[in-house]
This record gives sequence, structure tokens and C-alpha cells, in this order.
Amino acid sequence: MNLTALLVIPLLTALTILLLRRHHLVKWTALIGSIIQCLLCFVLVAAFRKEQITSPSDFMYFIQQFDWLPAWNISYKLGVDGISIAMIMLTAFVVLAGVLVSWNIEKMTREFYFLLILLSLGAHGFFLSLDLFMQFFFLEIAVIPKYLLIGIWGSGKKEYSANKLALMLMGGSALVLVGILALYFSSPDKTFDIVRLSEIHFSTRTQRIFFPFLFVGFGIFTALFPFHTWVPDGHSSAPTAGSMFLAGISMKLGSYGCLRVATFLMPEAARQYSPTIIVLSCIAILYGAFATMMQKDLKYMNAYSSISHCGFILLGIGMLTRTAIIGSVMQMVSHGLMTALFFAVIGMIYDRTHTRMINEMGGLMKMMPMISTAFFIAGLCSLGLPGLSGFAAEITVFIGSWQRTGLFYRTATIIACMSIVVTAVYILRAISQTLMGPLKNPAFGNIKDANWNERLAAVVLIAGIVLIGMAPYWLSELVRGGADIIAGRLMSK
Amino acid sequence: MPNSLYIACIPLLPLVSFALLGLFGTRVFKNLSGLLATVLLVVSTILAIWVAYNYFFHFGQANGIYQRIIAGQVTWLRFSSELSIDMGLMLDPISCMMIVVVSFISLMVHIYSLSYMKGEERYPTYYAFLSLFTFSMLGLVLSSNMFQIYIFWELVGVSSYLLIGYYYDRPGAVKASQKAFIVTRFADLGFLIGILVLSFYSNTLDFNTLIERLTNPASPGLKTALASSFLGISAITWGSVLVFMGGAGKSAMFPLHIWLPDAMEGPTPVSALIHAATMVVAGVYLVARLFPVFSISAPASLDLVTFVGVLSALLAALIACTQTDIKRVLAYSTMSQIGFMMFSLGVARHGHEEQLGYSASMFHLFTHAFFKALLFLCAGIIIHLVHSNEMNDMGGIRKNLPVTHICFLIACLAISGIPPFAGFFSKEEILQASWQRNKVVFWIALTTSGITAFYMFRLYFKIFWHKPLGHQASHADTAEGDTMIRLPLVILAIGSLLTGFIPFGRFVSADGTPVHTDLNLIFSVGPVLVGLAGIFLARWLYLNKNDAPEKIKNGTRALYTAAYHKFYIDEIYVFITRRIIFNLVGKPAAWFDRNVVDGLVNTTGNTTQIVSKKIKGLQSGKVQEYAIYFLLGAGGLALLFIYGWK
Repeated sequence: MNLTALLVIPLLTALTILLLRRHHLVKWTALIGSIIQCLLCFVLVAAFRKEQITSPSDFMYFIQQFDWLPAWNISYKLGVDGISIAMIMLTAFVVLAGVLVSWNIEKMTREFYFLLILLSLGAHGFFLSLDLFMQFFFLEIAVIPKYLLIGIWGSGKKEYSANKLALMLMGGSALVLVGILALYFSSPDKTFDIVRLSEIHFSTRTQRIFFPFLFVGFGIFTALFPFHTWVPDGHSSAPTAGSMFLAGISMKLGSYGCLRVATFLMPEAARQYSPTIIVLSCIAILYGAFATMMQKDLKYMNAYSSISHCGFILLGIGMLTRTAIIGSVMQMVSHGLMTALFFAVIGMIYDRTHTRMINEMGGLMKMMPMISTAFFIAGLCSLGLPGLSGFAAEITVFIGSWQRTGLFYRTATIIACMSIVVTAVYILRAISQTLMGPLKNPAFGNIKDANWNERLAAVVLIAGIVLIGMAPYWLSELVRGGADIIAGRLMSK
Repeated sequence: MPNSLYIACIPLLPLVSFALLGLFGTRVFKNLSGLLATVLLVVSTILAIWVAYNYFFHFGQANGIYQRIIAGQVTWLRFSSELSIDMGLMLDPISCMMIVVVSFISLMVHIYSLSYMKGEERYPTYYAFLSLFTFSMLGLVLSSNMFQIYIFWELVGVSSYLLIGYYYDRPGAVKASQKAFIVTRFADLGFLIGILVLSFYSNTLDFNTLIERLTNPASPGLKTALASSFLGISAITWGSVLVFMGGAGKSAMFPLHIWLPDAMEGPTPVSALIHAATMVVAGVYLVARLFPVFSISAPASLDLVTFVGVLSALLAALIACTQTDIKRVLAYSTMSQIGFMMFSLGVARHGHEEQLGYSASMFHLFTHAFFKALLFLCAGIIIHLVHSNEMNDMGGIRKNLPVTHICFLIACLAISGIPPFAGFFSKEEILQASWQRNKVVFWIALTTSGITAFYMFRLYFKIFWHKPLGHQASHADTAEGDTMIRLPLVILAIGSLLTGFIPFGRFVSADGTPVHTDLNLIFSVGPVLVGLAGIFLARWLYLNKNDAPEKIKNGTRALYTAAYHKFYIDEIYVFITRRIIFNLVGKPAAWFDRNVVDGLVNTTGNTTQIVSKKIKGLQSGKVQEYAIYFLLGAGGLALLFIYGWK
């Protein structure tokens, strides 16, 4: 399968959108483009499974390589393994749902969709590339449009949030850049190629100095404590599709980078820093959950809960066992879908009630059963109900973490497990205060339930959540090969 | 052995009706929803009875011992080469008994609800949730894997949550559903960690292998588990105790029982099915499922089971004497009866001689399901008649509800342990088993069964006698109207009458060999006398209106007040959650994040701006200023080189 196709489709869509005038044409182009992208992803999975049978132990599949800047050994190199395929599918689905949810945007529709598709291009490129320089390039593409999305289409204190988000993520990128350059200059043949770099054993000193740059740099994207404060502000000021992209995909760019670049390329340092990572992620998990409990704004609530849930991703990476890594990747996918659904639904509620304050709602179930059900499903997924994706992912992380013996690791796992109770508290609180009870505000008496595009968006995301939740086997087996290789490198000397 | 497809159909048919009703219920099926769910459940029930019959009489035994048979397994999620979640169907005496109980009681409730819930706005949703519950509960009892049981455990919890909160516009129901979910979730945390502990040492999640590896003294897993200890308690005991914590939460054992009385906010048929007959016994079932591990490798944990069980039984019985909401009285009686099942398991031990408690517990679970479901279904009819849950609004309605009256009386006699009703046989065995191990437990249990008889007949007399006949006559025709409502009552009443005669020990025992129970005169006469004493006391106090109850109330004021306020356990919980968790953990965490962590970020940003504002004057574009800076710099460097260079 030609991986470049996955980049060409969003690029073409974005360029076509720029040429169009009519708003509805823009929307339909974006929709068709993202549907094609989703279909391509299915083709990719099918091709991957076939390829995996013939050559099961390959590191990367469908590799494509052209020289880009030969003087610096920079090349255009694409390749996938199970982990990146999972991420690509997640991106395609979330973008599709985002396009659908934004159907009613009136202000500068063309620019909005252009930026949204551009973000999708950046994310796809990031997950596909095997060249660190190129990966960095795409990472930046996935950051800068967000500034504009929040600044122009956002709400609340959007300028502040946009600045904060852009600056903190740029700060993260700067750290990443230092790390990448360090890897480049420490490699004997000066290369950015991940495949090549993974065969090199960097000196302990190099690893110890530069691992934190990469891990923290990517960690900022994925709300690593204490660099998470852009998350609540950024998410709550962003427009609906922006929040969906931010929480659903952008945070996964960071965790994918932590896993694929930092941990994989510098295994020795990963082993050394593992306790630190575990402590930070446990703080994020439990402290994030407690902070969530106190939020009064739905978007803030979901943003804080994202901090808590992304803690599981980092915990899985920090535990370094094969099962924990699989769980971590599953959590990336699961959290991406779930949180996107959450933000989509919150956006739909906001469009109708013009408030996001939990205590101003109440009894919405009666007026909009469909949206409420979607909210309910997102909530149940978030609190780890079996049959929905969150459970399978969390349980895999727990089992993987429990394989590390010793009081420290055990305590960390138990602390992480404790969050399932706190999560239940805040989710049920939000559900009961917004959806249940008697209708609180009579002005909500004539609001309408979801329309077709909103329904479709919710269905796309719920389908993913339920599919993974009911049959997690295919996802865990999809990522197993990639996780095996990473874990193998972490375990060996 | 029957085809495993048929066995799989037992839980899957309710799932089908859940999916159909959940997706198309409100638009396509509407008033036919109930019928659809009921018909599918009839098939499922017939299959369950057929499978159980075949298991007990045909293929279950090998050399006179009932085997644990795995009929089909599918890998659901694989963690590593040894650890995986396999969705399987396990047949053994207790699971076969449970599929019959669950599907049968559920069917009764389905039929009852056909007319009881008629006209409800969310009728299809009600049946969808009921089907989801039935599916989850059947899946739970058939589980062959530790995590499979956990998965269905959670699903059962969520369907209970959905059904308690069925009337979602009533704040009381919403609160109750939330409380039930969160309390049981807290218990499940223990269960989850327990699973992690046990699976770590046995290196498997499969029940059969796990039990085999954790009970065989030669297995390396058990050796390490016994050798490694935390706070002086061996790892295996920790694992068992934590798993029991999950069971105690779901079975509403002290001190995790606070959700059950509130759960009565749900529709009454739901209380009958979930919060009386089936879901709440899941904890007992879980301990029974892992009984070999408990009894062989961690006997200390069984002592805890006994203690918790006895305490819950006594405490709940005392509270039940003071409550006036009839559903709450029934809820506390459920808690008390589950306490009986729990401590009965707790007093059992490994080995042929000492396993009577195990069979007795399962027997009581079986009989209790019938008479407790019956009590709740009767209560539903009574509540429909008087439009109130309060005992004081009732009285003298025996002529209005003749069938209900007789059924209620039968159930009361059964729960009080009066022969020949079902409760007599199972309770007698429990008392016998506790006498063998622990005399204190025996005496407490005996007292509790007296109290049980008292409060049940207090309920009975206050509902059906107490006041002059017929003041509710205006509703006489509407209350018991439908045959569909009476049919389940009659069937369950027959069940409460006959199930006691099943030679239960022959079929269900801890090691699969038949346990012979002979009616021991001492253990039969004692409880019956105590029971009768309780009944006569209740008759004296409540048959007619008099001031004796008031006097007794005043005489025992301290105990009465404490019991009336449920021994203030709810208040303790509220204190811990509100005051400590919310105010001392949650609020500071949120504050810290906004002000300290984010404050640092903002300070960094602001400082950068201030500094750059301060120093931007340096770049003024005036050559003279640059020249001065240049000179100062050059001079400084010169000084540094001259004096600072060593």
C-alpha cells in the first residue's frame, strides 16, 4: 500500500477548500475528503494484516523513502506498524466527526475547514513519518493552526488561551528539537532515520542528558504533570471541533512521541527515569481526577479528566512492560474517541442551552434524549464500563503495571486503580446534574434534539468506542507487534 | 452434554432483546416491547432449566463427583501468553443452580411488569434495561474467568444503576442510583486489586487453573503467595480479602450496605429482581466460586467473612424493626438474610465433614430468591393500592387483596423459618453448620432469626390487620386486577412452599460430593420456637391498634433511636465524603492547580514580558548609545582579562 496516499488526500482536500467559494461546497469537500481518508484507513488495516502474515517480525511495513535534503541526511520516509496504524485510524475518525460537528459554523467557514484539514494532515504526517526531522515538521503543522482556531473561532478568554497553548506547545517543540538534534549529532552517520537510530546504542551519558528533553517536550503535549495547565484553558476556549482535535489527537501526538522517539530510541534512560515518569503520571491520574471533581464548567471538567486519563497512557509507557505498553496505546485510541465524543456532545449542548455551567442545566434528558444518550455513553466509557473501550485499555495498563514487582510499582498501580472510583464520582455527578432531575430552566423547554450531522458524528465515535469495547482483541493484536519490538528493546541491555 | 451454542443462548437471548429494544424500542416495538423481552426470556429460561437438569442428572457427574465443565470459550483480550480474558461458559453445581434462579425470577418479574409497568412513558427502555440486567447476571454466573466475572459484575452494577434511576426526574431516585453505583464501585476497587494479586501468583485468570494452582501446596505460585506477606498477612489472604470486599459491596454487607435501602427508589419489580433475589447475592456467589482458595489457602479470610456476615445479619434485623417504609424493611431483611448466607459460607471449611455451611448457604440463596421476590412483588401491589410506601398508611387491607394476602403470609412464614415452608429447611442447615464451628455465631444467628420473624410479622400485621377492614375499599377492584400480576405471585408462593423439600446437599456442595443432611431435632425445634415467639410478639403488639409498641419504644429509647437512624452509618459516610474527600482533597487539588501550578506558568509568561519591556530600550538605534555600551563592554572585558585571568 502506498502510504503517501494518506497524506495526499488531506492535502488535496485542504487545497480544494481554499479554491472554493460556496460554503456548502466547502463542507461537502471536507466531508468527502475525510470519508475517503477513513476508507483508506480500512484498506490500510486490511493490507497490514495480510502483510503481517507473510512477514510477521518486520519492524516497519510499507516503507517509502526519497531523499529530501541529502546534504543533511534528511529524507522523506514513511512507514507504519500496528501502533501508528491505530493512531492513524483514530485521527481519521476524529477528524470525520469533527467535520460533521462543525457543520453549522458560519464565521469564515472556508478558513475554518482549511485549518481543520491542515491539522489532520499534520497529525497523519506525524504518525506516518520515520524521519525525525520530517516528524518534527509535521508536529509543527499540527500546532500552529490550533492557535488560529482558538483565537478566531474560540470562546471565553480565547486570546489568553490561544497564547498559552501556542507558547507551551512551542516550548515543548523546542525541547523536542534539542533532543532530536542531539540524537542526530550523536549518531555515527548523522541520521534522522528512526529505523537507523534504533540500531544504535547511544552512550549512557547522552541518553541521560537528552531523554528528559524529548520526554518532557512530548510530555507537554500529552499533559504531563506539571506541564498540563494549557489543557483546561486551551480545551475550553477552543471551538468544538478544535477541542475534539486537541484532546482526541493532539495529546496523542505527544504520547506517541514519548513512546516512539523518547522511550524507544533511548531505552536505557527510559529505564532510569521510569520511576520519575511513574510518579508524575500517578500524580496526574489521581490529582487530575480530584481536580475534575470540583469543576463547574463541563469543558473544564472534561479537560481535567483528560489529564487524568492521559496519565494512564504515560503510566503504561513508564512501566515499560509489554502489556503496559499495549494498554497505553489502547488507552490512546480509547481516550481519543471518548474525549472527542465528550467534547462533541458538550458542544451540542452548548449550542442549545448557551451555557456550559453544570449547575445551570438539569433535566436535559427529557428534551434531548439522543444527545443525552451519547453523553451517557461517553461518561460510561470514561468511568471504564466494560463493553466500552475505556475498560479494555485501563485493565491492560493495570495488568501490565502489576507485572512490575516491588512495593513502589505496586503502590503506583494501586494509586492508579483508585482513580476508577473518583472517576465514577465526577462522571455520575455531571450526568445527574445535567441530564437528570426535573427540567431546571424552563427556557430549555423547547430545545431540539440532535440533527443529522450531529447524530452522524456521534454515531461514528460511538461505533469506534463500542467496537473496541466489545471486541478489544483485534486492537490489542494490532498493536502487539509494535509493542513487542519496543518492549524488547527496553528489556534487553 | 448439550451443544454449547444452546448454553450460550441462555445469556445471549436477553442481550438480543436489549439490543433490539435499546435501538428500536421507542419507535418500532413500543407497547410490544414487554412481550418481546418476555418471549425471549421464556426461551432462555427453558434452556436454563434444561441445561441444569441435564447437568445434575446426566453429564455433570464423573465418579459420583460433580465436575466443573467449561462449555466453550472465546478469547476476548490477551495480555500475555498466560494471562488472557476468555469469555467462557462454566457449568458446575452452583452456576447451574444460579442460571435457573436468575432466569426464572427474572421471568416472573418480566411477566409481572407486563401489567404493573403498563402505561409508563419509558416502557421499552424499562424492558431494555431489565434485559441488560438479565444478560449481565447470567453472564456473571456462567463466568469461567476472573476478569469475565468482573466485567459482568460491572455490567450488573450499571444496569442496577440505570434501573434505580429509572424515574430520572425524581431527585431521590437519581441520588440513590448514584450512591449505589459509587459505593459498589469503591468495593470493586478492592475486587480489582484482589484479582491482580491472585492472578499474579497463579499466573492465570482462568478459574479452574487459578483454583488448581492456588490450592495445590506443591505449586510454586502458592508457595510464593504464602511466603510473601504485607503487614504480616500473606499475599493470598490479602487477595481473598480484597475479592471479598468486592463481594461485600455488591451484597450490601456491613459497612458497605448503605446503598441498598436507598436503592428501593427504583420500580418495585426491579427491587424484587435485582435488590432482593439475584444481584445482591452475587457477592455470596463470588465467595462460593472461589471457596477452595478461601478455605484451603486463606482460612483466615473466612473468619472475616463470618464476622461480616453475622454482624450484617444482626444489625440489619435490628434496623428493620424500626423502619416504617415497607420496601426499606424488606431491604434490610434482604441484607440480613444475605448475612446468613455469608456467615454460613464463612463457617464452612475444606473437607467433606465441614462443608455443610457451603451447601446450606447456597440452599438459603436458592429458597430466599423465591420468598423474597414474592415479598417484593406483593409489596408492589400493596403500594399500588394505597399509593404510599408507609406502613402507617396501610392496615386492614386483607379483604381488598386476598391473593396477595395469602402469598405475603406464605412468604413471611418462609422467611421466619416455620415448617414446612422453604426458609425452614435452609435456615436449619445454616444453624447446624454454625453450631459445628462457632457457638457464638450460632446464638447470634438464632436470636436474629427470632428478630426476623418479629419484624416480618410486624410488617404483615400492620399491612393486613391493625386497622378496621375495608377503609381502602374504593380501590378494591383495580389493585389485583390482572391475571398477569397474580400469576407470578402464585408461582413464587408455590416455590416458597416446595423448594425446601429439594435434597439440596445431594447436588450442591463444595467438593462436588453429596452432603447428607438429616433433620436434626435440636436444630429444628429451637429456631421454630424462636420464630413462633417472634410471631406471637408481633401479633400481640400489632394485630390491633394499642399503645404497647409506643411503650416499648419509650422503654428502649437509646437502642430504638440508634436503630431508627440506621446506627448513623450514613452520617459517617457523608462526613467522610463531604468533609474529608471533597473539602480536604478535591477543593485543595483544584485550587492548587489553578493557583500554584498554573500560577507558575503565568508568572513565567509575565516575567518574560516584564523583562523584555525593561530591556527593549537597549535597542534604541542610536549610535552614540551603542558606542557607550561597546566601550563599557570592552572595558569590562579588559578588566576581566587583566585581573580575573589567573
